[in-house]
Amino acid sequence: MASLVLAEHDNAMLKDATHKAVTAAAAISTPVHVLVAGENCEAVAQAAAKIAGVEKALHADAPSLARQLAEPMEALILSLAGAYDAILAPATTTGKNILPRVAASLDTPQVSEILKVVSPDTFEHPIYAGNAIETVQAPAGKIIATVRTAAFGAAAEGGGATLEKITAPADPGLSKFIGEALSKSERPELTSARIVISGGRGLGSAENFKLLDSVADKLHAAVGASRAAVDAGYVPNDYQVGQTGKVVAPDLYIAVGISGAIQHLAGMKDSRKIVAINKDADAPIFQVADYGLVGDLFKSLPELDEELAKRGYK
Amino acid sequence: MKVLVPVKRVIDYNVKVRVKADQSGVDLANVKMSMNPFDEIAVEEAVRLKEKGMATEVVALSIGPHQASETIRTALAMGADRGILVKTDQTVEPLAVAKILKAIVEAERPDLVITGKQAIDDDSNQVGQMLAALLGWPQATFAHSLELAADSAKVAREIDGGLQTVEVKLPAVITTDLRLNEPRYASLPNIMKAKKKSIDEKTAADLGVDIAPRLKVLKVSEPPKRGGGMKVESVGALLDRLKADGVI
Ligand SMILES: Cc1cc2nc3c(=O)[nH]c(=O)nc-3n(C[C@H](O)[C@H](O)[C@H](O)COP(=O)(O)OP(=O)(O)OC[C@H]3O[C@@H](n4cnc5c(N)ncnc54)[C@H](O)[C@@H]3O)c2cc1C
Ligand SMILES: Nc1ncnc2c1ncn2[C@@H]1O[C@H](COP(=O)(O)O)[C@@H](O)[C@H]1O
Repeated sequence: MASLVLAEHDNAMLKDATHKAVTAAAAISTPVHVLVAGENCEAVAQAAAKIAGVEKALHADAPSLARQLAEPMEALILSLAGAYDAILAPATTTGKNILPRVAASLDTPQVSEILKVVSPDTFEHPIYAGNAIETVQAPAGKIIATVRTAAFGAAAEGGGATLEKITAPADPGLSKFIGEALSKSERPELTSARIVISGGRGLGSAENFKLLDSVADKLHAAVGASRAAVDAGYVPNDYQVGQTGKVVAPDLYIAVGISGAIQHLAGMKDSRKIVAINKDADAPIFQVADYGLVGDLFKSLPELDEELAKRGYK
Repeated sequence: MKVLVPVKRVIDYNVKVRVKADQSGVDLANVKMSMNPFDEIAVEEAVRLKEKGMATEVVALSIGPHQASETIRTALAMGADRGILVKTDQTVEPLAVAKILKAIVEAERPDLVITGKQAIDDDSNQVGQMLAALLGWPQATFAHSLELAADSAKVAREIDGGLQTVEVKLPAVITTDLRLNEPRYASLPNIMKAKKKSIDEKTAADLGVDIAPRLKVLKVSEPPKRGGGMKVESVGALLDRLKADGVI
């Protein structure tokens, strides 16, 4: 049959997470269709139709879908489910919110955060904060899974899928969007940045946390944080990297003033190169770091910034 | 208003698990077990609702082996009123957990179910959403703050871009995120008091729920190990290395 991928977007822009989920879907069942649900998101649907390997982009536009709340999204996906033998979503907070509802209504188990498609019904996914990898085989029937985007390459641009408008079922009317407070940043997004620099409790204050900014700007890096830094109010929740925050796998991850708890490592240990700056030579972060700089970050960070400037990074 | 809080007994968050040599699972023998941290947050929130006079009864429920009653006792010591243990020695997948919870909800008729957002052993992040779907209830996942009214709840949710606030009609399922509250430690008098609270014991069969696993675990393996790293002496040396590696 076919597989359906839930597109990640904000009504204006299609996110790269979609392209990665498409790669996973293509290994499970083809053709691949992408569902773009939202309000006034025509441009997103057109972008989805350009992902290579996608046969059809389904576009559902309705005020009730504007925020992709779980209840109307469940109703929409259930109205389409019959035609698919796999339904996937990127493991973002949107996908994680919606997909288990769909799975339960279809009486189908969900496999969370697949890392690898071993065969169309068999997947690897992390358990215990990534300290173990479980290989599971789904029963006959539909495959329902969220996709760890850091583990898959993005499907290329350049496809020519057909665009089909579909009608959303009536809003179940159980929930209502009230408002949002989104972090604004000119920097690349954490989950798709090539370089990430993260700060921990060692930064000591929201004011000090800004020391990371200048280095981040020079390296065009995204800025992340440990849970302790978020809990202490240095930065908002969406900066958190880890088992229960965002999972990143950039080319370069720089951990500053972060001890390296299991839960933090779970979110970054698949980065290509890891740098740790910490004054405690025994900090566990050094066990996963390719390059460790033992020292006071309040000395090393300004030095790093200066040295980058000297070498022409702006 | 009655609040139901499912609490899972899991490996303590400080323990680094080891994969068994035969790849059949992880080694849980003689490992410290605790209440799932997100469920502690859920219990705390429910108890606070009771202290504010908004909830009348808090029921803690666990699905698991005999020892899961200790996890329920912890919830009772934090302030929950009574417990229910659905006893099984089997692994219970999220969908089956949700089905058991549905059966309990139908018998207990709570107005609110507060679950953790994820169990730190299976890391599934599924049960709350599945339960809401099976009941046809709304959900507010990854709760950062909660404002409860008589027939609705306003919940700020931790999402990838920041915070999103939704209002859900009651009854509803709420799942907790880390910043919702800081769970209390149970005091000694409350631990003593908890010993007198009742824990009702049931089985999945009593509830008419089939909990046979649907997913087949083929193996559990160790994640790839990172090669040993090195210490660098200076920022300059560090940048030289990164440049040579082609990452900056
Ligand atoms: C259920 C649960 C989920 C969790 N999820 C996550 C998660 O998703 N992400 C996450 O990160 N954590 C998570 N945690 C928390 C985790 O266990 C750790 O508490 C947290 O990662 C610690 O953050 P930290 O390294 O910034 O702080 P600390 O452990 O306090 O480390 C601070 C480090 O800074 C160093 N330092 C201090 N001053 C300086 C200085 N001047 N110069 C250089 N170095 C300095 C210290 O040597 C130390 O190593 C979770 C915990 C639980 C229970
Ligand atoms: N065996 C269980 N007993 C009680 N509650 C559970 C159990 N398994 C999961 N839960 C609840 O469901 C939440 C999410 O679990 P999961 O979907 O497995 O990550 C947990 O935080 C608990 O609140």
